[in-house]
Amino acid sequence: MLSYILRRLAATVPVLFTVAVMVFLMLRLTPGDPAAIIAGDNATSQQILDIRTKLGLEQPVLQQFFIWLGSILRGDLGESFFFRKTVWELISERIEPTLSLAVLTIVLAVIIAIPLGVVAAYRQGTWVDRLVMGFSVIGFSVPVFVVGYLLVYIFAVKLGWFPVQGYQRISGGLGPWFRSLVLPAFTLSVIYVALIARMTRTSVLEVLSEDYIRTARAKGQTEVKVLFQHALKNAAVPIVTVVGIGIALLIGGVVVTESVYSIPGLGRLTVDAVLARDFPVIQAIILSFSFVYVLINLLVDLSYTIFDPRIRY
Amino acid sequence: MKSVKLSRRSVVAGAAAASALAGTTGASAQGAANTLRVVMHSDLRIVDPIWTTAYIVRNHGYMIYDTLFALDSKGDVQPQMVDKFTVSDDKLTYSFTLRDGLMWHDNTPVTTADVIPSIRRWGARDPLGQTVLGFVASMDAKDPKTFEIKLKEPTGLLIFALGKPSSNVPFIMPKRVAETDPNTQISEFVGSGPFVFQRDEWRPGDKAVYTKFAGYKPRSEPASGLAGGKVAKVDRVEWRVVADQQQAVNALLAGEIDIIESPSHDLLPLLKADNNIKLFNWNPLGNQYTMRFNHTTAPFNNPKIRQAALYAFNQEDFLKATIGDPEYYKVCKAMFVCGSPLETMAGMEDKLESNFAKARQLLQEAGYNREPVVLLHSTDLQVLTNLAPVAKSLLERAGFVVDMQSMDWQTVVARRVKRDPPTQGGWSAMLTSWVSADILNPVMAGFFNASGDKAAFGWPNDPEIEALRARFARAGTLAEQKQIAEAVQRRVAENPTHIHLGQWYSPGAHRSNISGWVATPAPVFWNIEKGRGA
Repeated sequence: MLSYILRRLAATVPVLFTVAVMVFLMLRLTPGDPAAIIAGDNATSQQILDIRTKLGLEQPVLQQFFIWLGSILRGDLGESFFFRKTVWELISERIEPTLSLAVLTIVLAVIIAIPLGVVAAYRQGTWVDRLVMGFSVIGFSVPVFVVGYLLVYIFAVKLGWFPVQGYQRISGGLGPWFRSLVLPAFTLSVIYVALIARMTRTSVLEVLSEDYIRTARAKGQTEVKVLFQHALKNAAVPIVTVVGIGIALLIGGVVVTESVYSIPGLGRLTVDAVLARDFPVIQAIILSFSFVYVLINLLVDLSYTIFDPRIRY
Repeated sequence: MKSVKLSRRSVVAGAAAASALAGTTGASAQGAANTLRVVMHSDLRIVDPIWTTAYIVRNHGYMIYDTLFALDSKGDVQPQMVDKFTVSDDKLTYSFTLRDGLMWHDNTPVTTADVIPSIRRWGARDPLGQTVLGFVASMDAKDPKTFEIKLKEPTGLLIFALGKPSSNVPFIMPKRVAETDPNTQISEFVGSGPFVFQRDEWRPGDKAVYTKFAGYKPRSEPASGLAGGKVAKVDRVEWRVVADQQQAVNALLAGEIDIIESPSHDLLPLLKADNNIKLFNWNPLGNQYTMRFNHTTAPFNNPKIRQAALYAFNQEDFLKATIGDPEYYKVCKAMFVCGSPLETMAGMEDKLESNFAKARQLLQEAGYNREPVVLLHSTDLQVLTNLAPVAKSLLERAGFVVDMQSMDWQTVVARRVKRDPPTQGGWSAMLTSWVSADILNPVMAGFFNASGDKAAFGWPNDPEIEALRARFARAGTLAEQKQIAEAVQRRVAENPTHIHLGQWYSPGAHRSNISGWVATPAPVFWNIEKGRGA
């Protein structure tokens, strides 16, 4: 197992290197000049050139790349062109809101979606099944920002139950923290509820026709036990895979949700950095996201051994 | 099947949880009682108002710094940090005395030793500052409260420049800060203005926080424009970052914020419909749309072809397409802004009327060879998005061939400084908007600089305009300045450096319990009071 983990971790190195090269080159090919943005609308050409020189953007691209690569290998993610803070500081400041939103979203999605999927499978062909699948189709089809605006209009503007926007840090108390995240987490979880519920239904349906389920029923097990202990556990591998993919996809989802709800997380930082052409920040975030993506895939693969003892690495 | 019953215990627990949440809301509301929560037009990322001309940084400057002079609501320059000043008979020596009680946020006194390097640093960056410092022979501190500026020759611009209202504003900084290389950002943010910047609470992308400076001694006059008494009437101002305009409006309607600096025009009806919200045009001079030509490449390297565009355009079409509601725009042929002391229609009487016949005639006389106009179209800023399509349509009706290229604003910003031919990533024309306070005369308005390579992007080269600008800098009276401004406008009508496409206004929105917002060219937060409720 350990050698498998080490091999997988070693395999991330070429992946991350490829990502680094691609991101660096794509950013340099993208139109836009951070120096012109920093200088402001009334700046002269000379002022813009001075800033370009100061930022090191006048050096040859290859030289810029190797300087950056060297810094990354030393663990130095560089300094933002705009914020006068290191990229590491910026990421540290922004990680809490994003992590909070992501965890709450996944927890919410799993808590809602798995029972829905199991019930839909159990009541296959009935109105319950059709209702769950109908919700699933809507969940897939409606864009995140539309769900966000609808929830805000109803639960924040009209009913005043939750804040319209903003994020309260955990240090300010669990109540305000949770309250600030309810709507964003619900918004973001809709698509995952749809995805996980559908996958759970399919997976459980397959398992429900197995002999051991009939045996469990014959032994007099309650339907709840049959469904959640016998059927769900054996249907878990594809569900876990989908949840894992979902966590990875969350990286994209938080960008929209954080923008709609003004949550100062990594998603917003990414958008702001892209709009401002803040190269060091974009490069570091994409590299970090790639690493997280690879890591989640590894964790999902390892989790298979828990749900299916036949799987060994 | 078991039915779900609500037990007394679960009801009590639920109520406790609800009251815990409600309690936190109450606490935060209490804390917000004397805190002004504002959504600005942009996020504050850079905090050196001399190093950049970005308006959000200028606004930050007005929070924490003070100025020697300031523009009042009538457009007159009034002393601000200065108590009194004298001018010698030969108009070559200005003597200034600072008023009593000026303190830095670290509670040390402001002295003339701070003022002089501040003027020097500003003068090294700001084009108007550079012009004015060109007249200066020496600047000397006579004592901690008195300093003297000696000129090589008279100029009527010195006092106006020291009270320049918009980017770059000559903010006064402590000596140790002001001595920072003008090309390097400052790293200490101590001012002497009415609010203190809370650096520890500043989270770019989230919020910037300012608290009332107890040691600030406001002038005794009432607030008037950027002049008069800057009395901080709230303890704390928070600039919250809400990137999504719809969400900012929702937050204002829900009472989560108190002010939106500039809500987008399409959302104004939503705000008008709510009794708890008021709209306020805090910048009566407004803004001016402008099309800039690239003078270095065909077809706009020919003055007759530029003039053809001037004849082809009309302002109303641009203003209707972008702003829509006539309440928030004004057709104005005055390049130095309607409502300003230098307002004039000279030379523009028959222009900007969409006279396509005249435009076609000029194109023919100029020998226009159907070279495509590469028109940069910004797609992500609502107030600019519809300008380029209107320009394209009007130019095509006049006989131009137009290649409109769509891109985000930051790409436009990067591309407009490129001097390559249009076929190699260059450009022919682009559209933008100026804050009117930046274009009140031909020296401060960057697009009138016609010094070729040294001019702003577009690089017009017209010695006649430059001679007029030099004369303007030397003019001693308003009448003289007005005469020269008219001459500049007449010359630009013949040999256009750019085309002005009308004035527009962007009102702010605030909760009805907010009062005292002062009309100024830049949004400021002194004098504002926050009442109960609403």
